[in-house]
Amino acid sequence: MANDEKNNRGLLDRLQFIDRRYIFIFIALAVIIPLLLGLRFEEKPSPIVLALYDKVDNMPPGSRLLMSFDYGPTTAPEIQPMVDVILRHACLRGLKVYLMAVWATGQSLTVQTVEDVLIPEFPDYEYGIDYINLGYKAGNQGLIRVIVDDMKRMYSTDANGTDIEQVPMMKQVESLKDMDLIVSFGGGFPGIKEWILFAGDPGAIPIGGACTAVSAPQLYPYYPNQMVGLLGGIKGAAEYESHVLDRYPDSFKTKPTPGMNMMVAQMVAHIVIMLFIVFGNVMYFMYRGKERKLAMEK
Amino acid sequence: MNPKTIKLIIFIVILTSIVLSVYFVSMDRDSIREGIFVTSAAFLTLFIMSFLYKDNPYYKFAEHLFVGVSAAYWMTMGFWGTMMPNLVAKLWPGAVRGVLPALAEKDASYWFVIPLFLGLVLLMRLSPKGGWISRWALAFIVGTTAGLNLIRYLRSDFIAQVNNTIIPLVDKTEAGISFWGSFSNIFVFIGVLCGLIYFFFSKEHKGFFGGAARIGILVLMLTFGAGFGYTVMARISLLAGRMTYLFGDWLGLIN
Repeated sequence: MANDEKNNRGLLDRLQFIDRRYIFIFIALAVIIPLLLGLRFEEKPSPIVLALYDKVDNMPPGSRLLMSFDYGPTTAPEIQPMVDVILRHACLRGLKVYLMAVWATGQSLTVQTVEDVLIPEFPDYEYGIDYINLGYKAGNQGLIRVIVDDMKRMYSTDANGTDIEQVPMMKQVESLKDMDLIVSFGGGFPGIKEWILFAGDPGAIPIGGACTAVSAPQLYPYYPNQMVGLLGGIKGAAEYESHVLDRYPDSFKTKPTPGMNMMVAQMVAHIVIMLFIVFGNVMYFMYRGKERKLAMEK
Repeated sequence: MNPKTIKLIIFIVILTSIVLSVYFVSMDRDSIREGIFVTSAAFLTLFIMSFLYKDNPYYKFAEHLFVGVSAAYWMTMGFWGTMMPNLVAKLWPGAVRGVLPALAEKDASYWFVIPLFLGLVLLMRLSPKGGWISRWALAFIVGTTAGLNLIRYLRSDFIAQVNNTIIPLVDKTEAGISFWGSFSNIFVFIGVLCGLIYFFFSKEHKGFFGGAARIGILVLMLTFGAGFGYTVMARISLLAGRMTYLFGDWLGLIN
């Protein structure tokens, strides 16, 4: 009997001080297995995601959409699915797409997005007429403040070094006020908040956002008065992908849906984390009970 | 086994894996360039993740490489994206004929001598004796940023946010009164009010005031909980992103 108790206590001790690397293995498996199985679930769009979708969907063909790549490779797994799905949606609607970055790392991601999505999937889109890559400019919120009144003061050339005056789709654009919608992809500084503060509010320009999940709670208060809509983290991406797939099944059924795929991995990983939290607490209280019992026996 | 021998075996295994990976990925994609890039990204990911087991030289190598490449990338982007078209091309258009021919024929704008001067002055920070001169440029940066931010943050982040909080408690829609809309509006109203009361320290938190402050704490805890939940989601997304790369782009197991 005493031996059993000793063995039992040993097990509790071991579980109480379990090596955290075992937890890493469980989380890794919880993420990898659903990804390998390629599962995906339908997502119901929340009002804040639906608002941005409706805004893009209701813009007449030829309207100007500015997409600002305010992120880097460190957050690309979260942000890139949102960029891809909004770009596809915009091109499908025939919008004129202006690409730029207030983050230096955003420029290479702009080029990558054009090469991976825009050129192969929308061959009719012509550079300089239907889309343009304005590239990165330093200056953070100062840059936004300047181009809200005069775009060409900062952008004398596009990302390829072409004179901006020679680009057909820039002839009608004097400032950010000529844009019908600006969508900032990011969440850090400078990002969506700076676009709202320095462009959206003073210039009365509709601003949409697609941000990392970490920054989403800080950005929700700007909706709906100061921001059209927001995609928060991979959940936002999955909701947008699911909705666009529902509305345009013929155009989107063959397109990748990384957001929806990652949401399954998210769900399994969250269940594992919750189980660990419950398990850890149960073990803690059992351990404490045993300790008290032993102390009383002594 | 001797630790040095173990380290050597690990090194040989990793090196062999890299060579094999470059070979197979290059064959698969018909491009040696792709093979090298995909393999580099995959192994650097694995090196960084190896820190989860314990600190090791491969992690250190990947970390230092990341810092160096990032610094060089930012400098290059700043030089070619901003310095050349927005400063050099404005002052000496002829000088950029080889790299930005579109700007070479434009008239010079000598106002840009001022940012050039301030930029050079900022570099005086590197001088042991003339370091104080850099404060002029720094003062300009601090002053303009503070001035710019003050107005915008006050109007858009303070006044507009207060305005966003002043909402009707009963949410009336075309279909009638929305229960969840009204619940949300009342929750926002009570949450903001109680949160503010919690941070009001001129009156002791007792009685009704203390009760409101306690609700304020609960609201703050809910906020932190939501923030933490979102952070977990963000981290899992990053892990899923890297796993998609490793098992999809590299190993080809995910379509």
